[in-house]
Amino acid sequence: MEDRTILEVNDLAISFQTFEGVVQAVRGVNFSLKKGETLAIVGESGSGKSVSTKAINRLLPKKNTIIESGEILFEGRDLLTVSEKEMQKVRGNDIAMIFQDPMTSLNPTMQVGKQIAEPVMKHKGVSKEKAKQRALELMDLVGIKEPTKKYKHYPHQFSGGMRQRVMIAIALACEPKILIADEPTTALDVTIQAQILDLMNKLKKELDTSIIFITHDLGVVAQMADRVAVMYAGQIVEIGTADEIFYNPMHPYTWGLLASMPTLDVGQTDLYTIPGSPPNLLNPPEGDAFAARNEYALEIDFHKEPDLFKITDTHFAKTWLLHPSAPSVTPPNEVVRRKEKYESLQSGKSQAIRVGGEAIGSRT
Amino acid sequence: MAAEPKKRKPIVEIKEFKQYFNAGKKSEVRAVKDVSFSIYEGETFGLVGESGSGKSTTGRALIKLGDLTGGQITYKGQDISGIKRRKDLLKFRKSMQMIFQDPYASLNPRLTVKEIIGGALKVHGMSENSKERTERVYELLESVGLNRQFANRYPKEFSGGQCQRVGIARALAVEPDFIICDEAISALDVSIQAQVINLLIELKESNNLTYLFIAHDLSMVKYISDRIGVMNNGRILEVCEADELYIAPLHPYTESLLSAIPTPDPETERSRVRTEYDPAYHHYDDLDNVRLHEIAPEHYIYCHKDEVALYRKKREKLLKKAKQYA
Repeated sequence: MEDRTILEVNDLAISFQTFEGVVQAVRGVNFSLKKGETLAIVGESGSGKSVSTKAINRLLPKKNTIIESGEILFEGRDLLTVSEKEMQKVRGNDIAMIFQDPMTSLNPTMQVGKQIAEPVMKHKGVSKEKAKQRALELMDLVGIKEPTKKYKHYPHQFSGGMRQRVMIAIALACEPKILIADEPTTALDVTIQAQILDLMNKLKKELDTSIIFITHDLGVVAQMADRVAVMYAGQIVEIGTADEIFYNPMHPYTWGLLASMPTLDVGQTDLYTIPGSPPNLLNPPEGDAFAARNEYALEIDFHKEPDLFKITDTHFAKTWLLHPSAPSVTPPNEVVRRKEKYESLQSGKSQAIRVGGEAIGSRT
Repeated sequence: MAAEPKKRKPIVEIKEFKQYFNAGKKSEVRAVKDVSFSIYEGETFGLVGESGSGKSTTGRALIKLGDLTGGQITYKGQDISGIKRRKDLLKFRKSMQMIFQDPYASLNPRLTVKEIIGGALKVHGMSENSKERTERVYELLESVGLNRQFANRYPKEFSGGQCQRVGIARALAVEPDFIICDEAISALDVSIQAQVINLLIELKESNNLTYLFIAHDLSMVKYISDRIGVMNNGRILEVCEADELYIAPLHPYTESLLSAIPTPDPETERSRVRTEYDPAYHHYDDLDNVRLHEIAPEHYIYCHKDEVALYRKKREKLLKKAKQYA
């Protein structure tokens, strides 16, 4: 992984005009993506994770979308302001997308091979023959057996997992710099999901693509992500490396998410729950949007939106609990267990160094 | 959780259940080939497997939403295929209820919550008049954690989690003994799933219920179930107690299924080894001796008679290993 930022989203805010009024779907989102890294965005339905990423590819309906503020910088250009024609050169070429439902996102009346070859012809301007050759290579790459035979098949002749492989092949056809995967495995069985995730990890290593991975499944995040952003009610409430989010979470919402997932350990007896349901973004609550569901909420949470506090260079969380004058609280048991593991991981690292030092010391 | 197995009384017994759709035609689908298991009174039995493995078909057959192609299902000692008269059917359905996967699709959009839940009470003649019925609907709503003011609302006015609670209240309305939850939490958000699971567990304690919990999310199934059955390709391949399934999974399919669950723990994920299952594994030539064999008390595997000793050895080895780590 290089340390070069290829995408930067700054202060993005998006609303939708609906019958009932203006829904503030995304309310000031900031994140960046480095070359070759996987950033996972987690959150419940309606938290704004899909909307933020669809904005990157400008796939939101023009009719009722209002971009309130923000910029999306890709290779020095703000994608929110470039012309549609220019956007078409980026979409599918530099930034490709994989969607949740492989059945509705493939063309049912077109041979799958042709669907894979199409973007190659369109963006790379190669001949039909060359594009077909490339499509066959791609089908082989994503693990579709007998590509020459399957080239002529239609989507309905494929199973869900195979269709998702076709989707991945289409997305990778032009060797995009960024791959946005929006819940790519949610509709699949666990065993098929495992295959697709392995495939994506392998391809990421080979092609050095950056991935934005949207999901609500924290297990999948643990397997895929280098960094994780947790979204709630249209905002990123916590962002950090995978280890920081899973072993040293700071935001009560992240605590709740981690603690409300049953583990496979034997003899688990209680399951933590986050009470209530997410707020209506037609008129978001004053202060911290999570306050009403938060058992750790402070007085100030109901009046004033928390700042984004810095924990380490990579780890930030939006909660007043990190304010120097906030009282200290004890998170749910499961989170305490995780924090202990974090400490042992950290001390494990320093211990390894110490042991190494001793070894050298004894030799001299 | 593991009460003395001898004392337990089965409430449901399924024997060699088969379900073929379009039987005899070219388009025949053998959804369920051979399923046998029993569910004890007061327990939660989890049924897991991939889509198309036949787990929902089994649940639907159990509540008589379709006729069996073969085999026998008994509920409280009575063969359910013998239940034909309307009066008997009503009695049967009063005792067994179902909670469906899609909370919106399973509620009539034109009825208010009061009519949805009250309808069940009316059909089964469980209330004298509408006033009493309304009272009971309020009680039910409160028991599933909903406000009684919600009674006059329509399903579309609720979130997914709230709709699922209405579905649960409807199932509870007729005071059943047995509830089938067919992917009852799959359509819900993570934070809401835990709420509904805890509610189901609470209601089970307070109403003396027995559950058949059908799902594909193995970690939730493990959390709620006492015993688990693993299905694949129309067959039950392994049945045992929930904890044992995770300590000592014996059938290769169970192993592959367990190795595929992503856990919210990056350290574990980095060192994960996946095993893949070859379906050719249970294509036995000599079918006479192939069935569910008891490897240990309450631990059954679908295998050939000759494999039993092998599986027993494997189990002992795994249990020993688990003890070392504990």
